[in-house]
Amino acid sequence: MTDIGKNSKDAKGKRQYEITIGLEVHAALSTTTKIFCACGTKFGEAPNSQTCPVCLGMPGVLPVLNENVVKYAIRAALALNCKFNLLNKFDRKNYYYPDLPKNYQISQDYLPIAHDGCLDIFLSSGKRKIRINNIHMEEDAGKNLHAGDTGLLDASLVDFNRAGVPLLEIVTYPDMHSVGEVEKLMTALRDILMYTGVADCKMEEGGLRFEANISLMPFGQTDLGPRVEMKNLNSFKTVIKALNYEIRRQEKSLRQGEKVTQETRLWDDKSGETSPMRSKEEAHDYRYFPEPDLVPLVIDEQLIEEIRSSLAELPASKLERFCKDYGLSEYDARVITSSRALADFYEEVAAVCKEPKTVSNWVTGELQGILNEEKRDIGDCPISPEQLAELLSLLSKGAVSAPSAKIILRDMFHSGKSAKAIIEEKGLSQISDEKDIRPAVKHIINTNTGIVDDYCKGKEKAIGALIGKVMKETRGRADPTKVSQILRELLEEEKRSR
Amino acid sequence: MELNELTAHEIRNLLESGKTSSEEVTRAVFAKIDREDGQIGAYITLCKEWAFDRAKTVDRKRKDGQAMPPLAGIPIAIKDNICTRDIRTTCSSKILENFFPPYQATVVEKILASDMVPIGKTNMDEFAMGSSTETSFFGVTHNPWNLEMIPGGSSGGSAASVANDEAIVSLGSDTGGSIRQPAGMCGVVGLKPTYGKVSRFGLIAFASSLDQIGPLTGDVEDSALLLDAICGHDARDSTSVDVPANHAKALSGSISKNIIGIPDEYFVGGLETEVETAVREAIKVLEGLGAKLQRVSLPHTDYAIATYYIIATAEASSNLARYDGVKYGYRHKAEKGLSLSEMYGKTRSEGFGVEVKRRIGLGTYTLSAGYYDAYYLKAQRVRTLIRNDFEKAFGKCDCIIAPTSPTAAFRIGEKIDNPLQMYLSDIFTIPANLAGIPAISIPCGLTRDGLPIGLQIMGKAFDETTILQTAYAYEQAADWRTITPDGNKL
Amino acid sequence: MTKITPDVVDHVTKLCRIHLTNEERKKFTEQLNQILTYMDKLNELNTENVEPTSHVVPLENVLRKDALSPSLGSEKALANAPDKHGEYFKVPRIINGTE
Ligand SMILES: [Mg+2]
Ligand SMILES: [Zn+2]
Repeated sequence: MTDIGKNSKDAKGKRQYEITIGLEVHAALSTTTKIFCACGTKFGEAPNSQTCPVCLGMPGVLPVLNENVVKYAIRAALALNCKFNLLNKFDRKNYYYPDLPKNYQISQDYLPIAHDGCLDIFLSSGKRKIRINNIHMEEDAGKNLHAGDTGLLDASLVDFNRAGVPLLEIVTYPDMHSVGEVEKLMTALRDILMYTGVADCKMEEGGLRFEANISLMPFGQTDLGPRVEMKNLNSFKTVIKALNYEIRRQEKSLRQGEKVTQETRLWDDKSGETSPMRSKEEAHDYRYFPEPDLVPLVIDEQLIEEIRSSLAELPASKLERFCKDYGLSEYDARVITSSRALADFYEEVAAVCKEPKTVSNWVTGELQGILNEEKRDIGDCPISPEQLAELLSLLSKGAVSAPSAKIILRDMFHSGKSAKAIIEEKGLSQISDEKDIRPAVKHIINTNTGIVDDYCKGKEKAIGALIGKVMKETRGRADPTKVSQILRELLEEEKRSR
Repeated sequence: MELNELTAHEIRNLLESGKTSSEEVTRAVFAKIDREDGQIGAYITLCKEWAFDRAKTVDRKRKDGQAMPPLAGIPIAIKDNICTRDIRTTCSSKILENFFPPYQATVVEKILASDMVPIGKTNMDEFAMGSSTETSFFGVTHNPWNLEMIPGGSSGGSAASVANDEAIVSLGSDTGGSIRQPAGMCGVVGLKPTYGKVSRFGLIAFASSLDQIGPLTGDVEDSALLLDAICGHDARDSTSVDVPANHAKALSGSISKNIIGIPDEYFVGGLETEVETAVREAIKVLEGLGAKLQRVSLPHTDYAIATYYIIATAEASSNLARYDGVKYGYRHKAEKGLSLSEMYGKTRSEGFGVEVKRRIGLGTYTLSAGYYDAYYLKAQRVRTLIRNDFEKAFGKCDCIIAPTSPTAAFRIGEKIDNPLQMYLSDIFTIPANLAGIPAISIPCGLTRDGLPIGLQIMGKAFDETTILQTAYAYEQAADWRTITPDGNKL
Repeated sequence: MTKITPDVVDHVTKLCRIHLTNEERKKFTEQLNQILTYMDKLNELNTENVEPTSHVVPLENVLRKDALSPSLGSEKALANAPDKHGEYFKVPRIINGTE
């Protein structure tokens, strides 16, 4: 994806407008039940089957808060370095929409659970802090189905299964200045939410959704310029496309001396454009007031500490530790810590096979390669960390050669057998005894006189080709170090004898 | 005396001694309804079949020698803003004309667990917004003491059903006086419990921070028995408080050491002379029983109505937003091509009556951008002042006595076009809702025109016992409850 | 003194999705003015240092376990619906994300 933010330059290559972007992120929490009722949160159930009087907003029913929503929110807030409001309240946000059963959303406005946090993103220029304005708990709405999906021309349909699913809304400060930065932030945030286990962030299920606000101003100005809000962004790709579109649109307006209108725009995936929401003056008068049906929530410092101590290590500190403790390069460490499952897998292998760099090479190289080919994830890798550790230990002890190990790994992946079993079965154990290797080397020298001549004439690099031939002769089983050593010895002899 | 003219505890004695059956009592109640409810209009929906079914089941249980709860077999009427599973629950509104809840209000579960016999759903002001039971989509309810008068509201149907012996006891709801005011005007006993004492689950919300369900009964003992049956903690209501209670047992406790507060601000202009006289007479009776009197001051009383109508309408504007023709209830019958916005607007304009629309409008306005601080937040602050007034007063006394309403029942139609005038008639009942404290209204006399006058006793939060004891002592001494509406007028 | 113009009434009734006839609108304006003027009474009080009351119950932290209970099922959920289509609630067409 091109980073338009960086490319908004004039004819002379100078950037004309500074871009400022803030995000509102909605993450569906991975609780078993909804936020205010005991209905399930499973995705993909039959329409309206996962509903009850409470989440349908029937007359006279009342909300009762799910304790896990609070715990998950605390976890996320800790991971995002936020400060807590120990006294929490819920508020009603009033607006009419068919997917909102009560025509108000129970949310937090005045006293949200956490505020003023931050997270780091890593740019080529170094680490950048993006500030979090606040984190609050709220309920999701249902789902409207429109004519395009239903084939009904004069009607829309409503499914309330999602109504009442707990959401965490994370609001950033407008601290991002390019689409690339936004992309980094979204990834970092998703990693944290998944790492802490509070959300599974399945985009295709609407588990992570975004609203972005963006404004452009000529460089050197301090007034941010009119803010355009964009709703309906349901994937990373959509956010990026919509922002790129919007930057181009606003730049064009500004260059032509037009004003950008402060408004809310909707992204349409089909047309690849944003268009203004039919604006109504009162559209934003949400008439927030304290939810009388819920009593205050007072967060116990002790609970925060308990959760803090149980919190999984976050990607950023994991990265640091991997560089330090395992001596990995930052690049390798970043690849491994990009997912919690991969990092955990790596650590389990490294705990048995005490060669962290070898483990890193094999996990990110050969194993990842096979996984990619097979379109599988480390989470459902058929080779267990113990099995891989066994193979790599055999390799480092010299019981098997590297080329053989690659063959064995592939076999393990498909057959599920252990490395030892495969070695035995296929006779792949390494030949490291000199007296077993020497005849093969001699044979190659005798049958490749041309290359030997080259070597003797001073072309020392020719030895590589001969090593390859010996390895092929021994079906990859000979110890390559020994092969090279014997070869050199015999070739030097040959050279001297000429 | 007919069976339906007895109180619940009197019927209980007959049931326990085998002199009558729940089925017979139920039959007597329905006979009265069949004869007279056409003129009273206490009920919207009757559930005769269910009632007899349950009455027979309860009779069988009793015959089998099972231990029965105190109110087993007693017919009870339920205000139509309390949800009854698979039985139409309308809130007296066209917008819920055909709503059949798939769930049971907690209080209904409790009265069923007490083996009571629900006989029907009673008329009320639409969404409990009113003081006269004139705003119901299903027509007005008439005061059994004088059919040209209102029965009070909003629980007018529940009060009238008990007053006219069309039910033995009933359930009402009280947001700003909606149990006590009609109880006073119909000459029955009405108790608004402490906020949080009775579960609101299944009570169709008017103003969530003020609403409370409570009993309307023929006398104080029935009130205590019914309160015992319906109160208690409910996990489905986050504002429900867990306080153990046994009010009926404590009823006859002595009040001779009690200090009764008399608030200056409740005996002022606007209070009808006849009402004041009756209330002062009642205070003398209590003094005669040994209670000490203590002048107290509730200085912010005059601000209660403004405070109440801001808070209640704001909450209502949000609570009633869900009636939009999407999930249940009335929807405007569309010619083709109606937009969503037109559907919403027409559904709500046609589905709600004028008083409900007025209050939704008022509440929407006071919450809207730029006005929230001046109205809603201000009202919440004044609410604190009103609560503080009571706290201070209760430092000096055990309960507070006042009139229930400034006047006896007024004429049907008299105030219907003057909303502010109607609102002002709740002046004495509203403060207890704002403070969340319990209050009871009991009969304390009749006007020259033969209309009942209500005496109100307010207590400390969760101290229903003191107000019930005081009410009981007065009732035993004064015995107004033996006077009943003149049946000849029907 | 509060002054509500018919325009304000229009704004409010739009917010709460209630259509009024011209006559209702006129009456409404009058009555809301009368009521709000009465409400202005509260301005006599200085409430600068007074905390607002939003709850009268002395409760906090009312929570439930994250444990599943059976749902209603779509048939019962839709039983009171004014209009439906299969297992969905049916409403007039929603245009452009607003109504
Ligand atoms: Mg939100
Ligand atoms: Zn539910």
